Amino acid sequence: MSLGQVVERTGSPLARPGGSGPRPGRRRLTLSRLDVAVSPYLYVAPFFLLFAAFGLFPILYTAFVSLHRWDIIGSRTWIGLQNYRDLLADPRFWIALRNTFSIWVLSTVPQLALALFLAHVLDRRFLRAKTFFRMALLVPNVTSVVAVAIVFTSIFGLHFGLVNYVLESLGLGRIDWKAGVLSSHLAISAMVMWRWTGYNALIYLAALQSIPQELYEAAVIDGASHFQLLRRVTVPMLRPAILFTVVVSTIGGLQIFAEPLVFDGGQYAYRGGTGRQYSTLALFLYEQGFRSFKFGYAAAVAWVLFVLISVMVVLNVLVFRRIRSAD
Amino acid sequence: MATAGALERAAARPRARARGAKRGPRAVGRAGLRTYGLLAVAVALSLFPLYWMFVVGSNDSSAISRVPPTVVPGPNFLRNASRVVHTVPFLRSLLNTAIVATAVTASVVFFSTLAGFAFARLQFRGRGVLFLLIVATMIVPVQLGIIPQFMIMVRLGWVDRLQAVIVPGLVTAFGVFWMRQYISSAVPQELLEAGRVDGCSTFRLFWSVVVPAARPGAAVLGLFTFMQTWNDFLWPLVVLRDPNRLTVQVALQGLNEAYFEDYGMVMAGTVLSVLPLLVIFVLLGRQIVGGIMEGALKG
Repeated sequence: MSLGQVVERTGSPLARPGGSGPRPGRRRLTLSRLDVAVSPYLYVAPFFLLFAAFGLFPILYTAFVSLHRWDIIGSRTWIGLQNYRDLLADPRFWIALRNTFSIWVLSTVPQLALALFLAHVLDRRFLRAKTFFRMALLVPNVTSVVAVAIVFTSIFGLHFGLVNYVLESLGLGRIDWKAGVLSSHLAISAMVMWRWTGYNALIYLAALQSIPQELYEAAVIDGASHFQLLRRVTVPMLRPAILFTVVVSTIGGLQIFAEPLVFDGGQYAYRGGTGRQYSTLALFLYEQGFRSFKFGYAAAVAWVLFVLISVMVVLNVLVFRRIRSAD
Repeated sequence: MATAGALERAAARPRARARGAKRGPRAVGRAGLRTYGLLAVAVALSLFPLYWMFVVGSNDSSAISRVPPTVVPGPNFLRNASRVVHTVPFLRSLLNTAIVATAVTASVVFFSTLAGFAFARLQFRGRGVLFLLIVATMIVPVQLGIIPQFMIMVRLGWVDRLQAVIVPGLVTAFGVFWMRQYISSAVPQELLEAGRVDGCSTFRLFWSVVVPAARPGAAVLGLFTFMQTWNDFLWPLVVLRDPNRLTVQVALQGLNEAYFEDYGMVMAGTVLSVLPLLVIFVLLGRQIVGGIMEGALKG
């Protein structure tokens, strides 16, 4: 297809250069046509080239690597699906999978509920110092995960941690937060919650404030009760925002990595605790890939996690559709 | 389920109270004492860990093990901080991070504005499909490609060099998406057409018309990108090992791993690592809050 055709087809005013200006020379006209036809591609090319090289290709190549026994010097042997068979028979994988889901649920559910509540409180009329409150709630999100994890690891410390100090002065016993499955998951969930609740509250607040007043007025004229307003107007209008936050927390939560790594502090060689009680899939991937240098095996973990996240995101969307049609 | 329940509980009460007042039904309760009480608790919880970071970082390490624990800042922050920078090349890490974050931010803002302009205002074949591709890639967890990414860096000889962290971050799907949305609403088509009639080249239009109009959106994108890059952890951890080439997050993690019993020093390092972003946030947090809330409505 010639460039001329490209220009003909697009048919936007922008695609017709020099229409009524002073008549340019033929050479200039050609140049200008070339400019109009080629520029858009040049402008979007940097994204696609870099994304292809450092994003898309690696993720696809991961699948290829996962079919090999592959070590750090690059020697590789094709072993088909053996890595996956090993993975499914590896108790470390199942523990990491359980921990990942447990931490994800423990952090996401209370976090989003709390965020909704906070958004509702922030939505009050004539609230003073609005910007201050919003900024204060967002500060945790600006703090790096590593810093958050270090502070919370100290707060949940066995001997000198604040939480245990409070528990003891209440007459309750100390808890060795790192030792237990549930206790370590709770401590890690607290880190996630602290960092993300305010952010999600702002998303919900934006959604609450964008609900048009007329919707409520119309519903009231139709005799809707307050409960019906909530159920038929507020919740459906918030649905996109809720779906957005759920998807974001799914993608982020299932890849949780820095929190368990810092919580472990390297003492247990990135296993996620003595008994792997807070090892996660991403941590397991890192351990296999960059501590044991089993690239093939680590690639299999990565690919499984990739598929898992994709499936969960699709599930989220489907469940949301379901809820809508059930209404 | 739990979410919906909390919402109902949360929303039902003030609505009922607002019933008698002369307002629209959407009008939720006025901010009263209880509102401020709740928000005060939330703000306290939100700020406490940062406060605690400074408390531990400014006391000597024995203060933390006292019973009852010290809960006010001490006089030793500078001493602890100087121990950090003398024990590990922490200042070097801060500088490295500043270099990486600045380069990535400049590039992301430039290329996103350029591509956003093309998607918002130029006609070309495949525009719809390509943009859909951008949206789709936003939810792809690309950091799971980390094994081949590392192999690429080995092949390029970039391990332990800052470009290993910079180059893959030069563009983001989110950035293109964000700038497309912003330019669609901020740059009038007529202005571009007028420029075209005057014989402007496409790049001239971009530089003289689009860039000035898109500046506020680009600024918010720049803030997001800078903060995200500053806080990036997994990839730098994998590809940077030389103590002089680390970014601050990796250096901080290493400090914590090696000296975890020296609470005062580790926390002083933690304070140093978050301080630059906190300063930016105090100065420009209003824009960041606005950006997140606007972004929520577009996404």
